[in-house]
Amino acid sequence: MPWADRRHTDFAAAFAAPLLDPERPTPHGVNGPGAKAARSRYGVYRNNVTISLIDALSDTFPAVERIVGRDFFREMARLFVRAHPPTSPLLFEYGHALADFIDRFEPAATMPWLGDVARIERAWLDAYHAPDAEPLRPEALGAIGPESLGSAVFQPHPALHILRSSHPAVTIFSANRRQEPVGRISERAGEDALITRPHLEVFVRILPPGGAAFLMALRSGQPLADAAAHAFDAEPQFDLAANIAGMLEAGAFASVAINPPSHSEESLR
Amino acid sequence: MRGRTEEIREGRIMQATSRGSSRFPAFEIEGRAGASLKHSHIEAILADGAPVGFFEVHAENYMGAGGAPHAILERIRRDYPVLLHGVCMSIGAPQPLDTEHLERFNRLVERYEPAIVSEHLAWSTHGDVFYNDLLPLPYTRETLTTVCEHIDQVQERIARPILLENPSTYVAFDESDYTETDFIREIAGRTGCGLLLDVNNVFVSAINHGFSALQYLATFPLEEVGEIHLAGHREQTDDEGDRLLIDSHDGPVADAVWKLYEIVLGRCGPIPTLIEWDGDIPDWRTLKGEAQAAQAILERHAARSATGHGYANAVG
Repeated sequence: MPWADRRHTDFAAAFAAPLLDPERPTPHGVNGPGAKAARSRYGVYRNNVTISLIDALSDTFPAVERIVGRDFFREMARLFVRAHPPTSPLLFEYGHALADFIDRFEPAATMPWLGDVARIERAWLDAYHAPDAEPLRPEALGAIGPESLGSAVFQPHPALHILRSSHPAVTIFSANRRQEPVGRISERAGEDALITRPHLEVFVRILPPGGAAFLMALRSGQPLADAAAHAFDAEPQFDLAANIAGMLEAGAFASVAINPPSHSEESLR
Repeated sequence: MRGRTEEIREGRIMQATSRGSSRFPAFEIEGRAGASLKHSHIEAILADGAPVGFFEVHAENYMGAGGAPHAILERIRRDYPVLLHGVCMSIGAPQPLDTEHLERFNRLVERYEPAIVSEHLAWSTHGDVFYNDLLPLPYTRETLTTVCEHIDQVQERIARPILLENPSTYVAFDESDYTETDFIREIAGRTGCGLLLDVNNVFVSAINHGFSALQYLATFPLEEVGEIHLAGHREQTDDEGDRLLIDSHDGPVADAVWKLYEIVLGRCGPIPTLIEWDGDIPDWRTLKGEAQAAQAILERHAARSATGHGYANAVG
């Protein structure tokens, strides 16, 4: 690094190293006034760093915190902050690694769905800050003749997120993001989440059977006919009309275009 | 490239405190008090008419691509001057500035045309880790050079001067060979930046380091001050059991800080003043009440002073 040869580089390196490492002593050359010790004074910085980052995670993952309780969450977050400190000054970008961390976090092993709830919360915030774009209007799709519909290709809305879970993660997420008390959750089946932000408000929906396969295929640029075939393969009960209506209502896509005629029209059958 | 920095240093490019533009009406912040913009207050603010002179925002909170934060700030900007307060530029770090962050910062300056742009004499990033705190630096010839280079770089990019805020600190460095006020005076002289005087920070640091806040103010280059910050602090104790103040921004402004504020205005005349409140956010009425208290003091001093000082009055 070009600045490494400057003498005073040392001050930042020496000051920073113990901030997230409680085992390290107070940095050399840092003092209180007169002969005063710096331990509790330097401790203010340690405290500010750790607490503010735990608070940032608490702001981003309120459902996870509500599920595990404040003490559990803050202890888990403290370990996460030390293992994965932020590398961007934008705190709303922090915590993308938390879901994987939770999956491996031994004390959370009895809550196998917790990581997926964290994934939904992280995607919720990504959608919240995503670029603005008008969602696709149903009329735009209606204007396409039936003969061309199979080759329609959709441009994803910038806020679109699709998450697949083998747990009832959306139900658990929703129950813990409301003010009301959380009752017994009887769902057991896996749930796929559709996260959108057509205007300013973020919406999280449970996708119907085959919906995730369908939307993920569309998102990757496959024409409508191919995506539908893919969804039917994944889930024989896939309801094409209902899924198209659902994705329009949710604002999952921003625009639609017709691919040049190709083999895709054949695959509609 | 050097031309703009020279113009800023020579004072030929100023903070655009009252400059109107094609997109926003001209707003005057001279002699006005404002408040931190909190999204939980937005409905109360819009229902309240014109409750304060301006709103100040932390730049980083508006560095997302789109969505509600920008919708709220656009709405506020239609009716109020907005001041842009950067928290994470890490100007005091020895390592180079994050140019990606500087670009984001510049986009906000262009989009919202803030009346004042400010940053901190502090650092928050080392290597690639962001520590989310305003960390202190030693005051040496070497750090002075780096800080001035960084401020030149920021001012060059945004094509206008910034105000640099004095820090609140809990420790000092053995290697420092400037006093804080001498260091800050040097920075302002070399870069042409203005100063943001945080009176709470002066009080917090004075208690924490055992110096006189009045003595600090006596040596602070008050003629460069374009904005004042007031905020609340908390108290704890150091290793010796003595009072240690924490710059927490989570409560009302302390009486001692109001007194220092009066002294500063007595010397400088009315200067745009922000009530900062970042934790334990109260209802809008409470925050507005603090801003109105500052406004009343500003008006008393405005009546007293015929001539203005500082950046806020330099652009008409």
